[in-house]
Amino acid sequence: MALVNGRLGLSIAHQSSTVIQRHFSVTGACSAIQKLTRVRVVDNSALGNTPYHRPPKCIHVYNKNGVGKVGDTILLAIKGEKKKALIVGQKMPGPTMTPKFDSNNVVLIEDNGNPTGTRIKTPIPYLLRQKEGKFSKVLAIARNFV
Amino acid sequence: RRSGDAEPAKFKPPPKPVIVDRQRQTAERRFLSPEFIPPRGRTNPLKFLIERKDMIQRRKVFNIPEFYVGHILAVTTADPNANGKTSRFVGICIQRGGKGLGATFVLRNVIEDQGVEICYELYNPRIQEITVLKLEKRLDDNLMYLRDALPEYSTFDVNMKPQSYLDSEEVPVNKLQVRMKPKPWSKRWERPKYRIKGIKFELPEEKMKEAQKWNKPWLEFDMMREYDTSKIEEKIWKEVNEELKK
Repeated sequence: MALVNGRLGLSIAHQSSTVIQRHFSVTGACSAIQKLTRVRVVDNSALGNTPYHRPPKCIHVYNKNGVGKVGDTILLAIKGEKKKALIVGQKMPGPTMTPKFDSNNVVLIEDNGNPTGTRIKTPIPYLLRQKEGKFSKVLAIARNFV
Repeated sequence: RRSGDAEPAKFKPPPKPVIVDRQRQTAERRFLSPEFIPPRGRTNPLKFLIERKDMIQRRKVFNIPEFYVGHILAVTTADPNANGKTSRFVGICIQRGGKGLGATFVLRNVIEDQGVEICYELYNPRIQEITVLKLEKRLDDNLMYLRDALPEYSTFDVNMKPQSYLDSEEVPVNKLQVRMKPKPWSKRWERPKYRIKGIKFELPEEKMKEAQKWNKPWLEFDMMREYDTSKIEEKIWKEVNEELKK
């Protein structure tokens, strides 16, 4: 601000600058998924793709510790509703040889484990295939695997 | 019979063959993989010797090609969960880290608008094949800024055909200046500590000048931080070559 005033002289001293930069720190999401993390829904369900003024956030992780990794179920708050979801990709680096995605990806799921959408375009890690029993239907609608 | 006196043609010697000494040419371009060079420290060199032995043993069985940061590689790994038991990933190498047997390299690609990065271990027995699809050095050693660059700079075709290169040619340097997404970035790449030459900064001049405040010009003259690896490299190069030829 001092630089601007010095260069442009006194005339602008009393006016506030047009560009008010408000820097608030947004934690660069480099950790796994926990309560209040904003996630990205990757299937083609209506609930996941209709725009809303608030991003879908995690409100509970079905885990002993409150941290969700790939393959864990979480409770999401989307469009004012509660919905279960499965984590399919995280920004946090995992064990070597496993993929790390640029966004926290999530697939919407019903209570019995059936996916809400019909297609998943984004790549899914092969790790999920280990838990075939619970998520076989989700894996069936997935197109690409990494 | 006298047929010889008709044409006493001048004897024309055959053209001299051009001998291209391939061995000497390839020996001129030495490449020692950076994980062989031991880090600076007071550990017993015996540890590095044993590790190098194991690394050479693995290299005899499995060919790890010469590659730098910026090359496009295709890696096939054995995966118990994948159908067909193997999984293939194509990507640009953005970082090579680690020394010894724990050496890793990170490959990045953008598939279906989703950026994916996989950190592979060079000496992991699960890796079945590493192919270099495109030889290309970049201006920096570390391309982590590709995460904050426009996704078009990280997209590579999964079914790319490997390009053929001569052994004797120099590795071409791609002087591409990458355009970035708007700030905020994961790291402040304009700061001089990262010494990045491969980004086209479209920031205003004041920001660039402000970034220079964090400049530490005395660091390059710091004698305590010097680590001259030329002699160590030569020794290790000889050792590795001799072992590999056996």
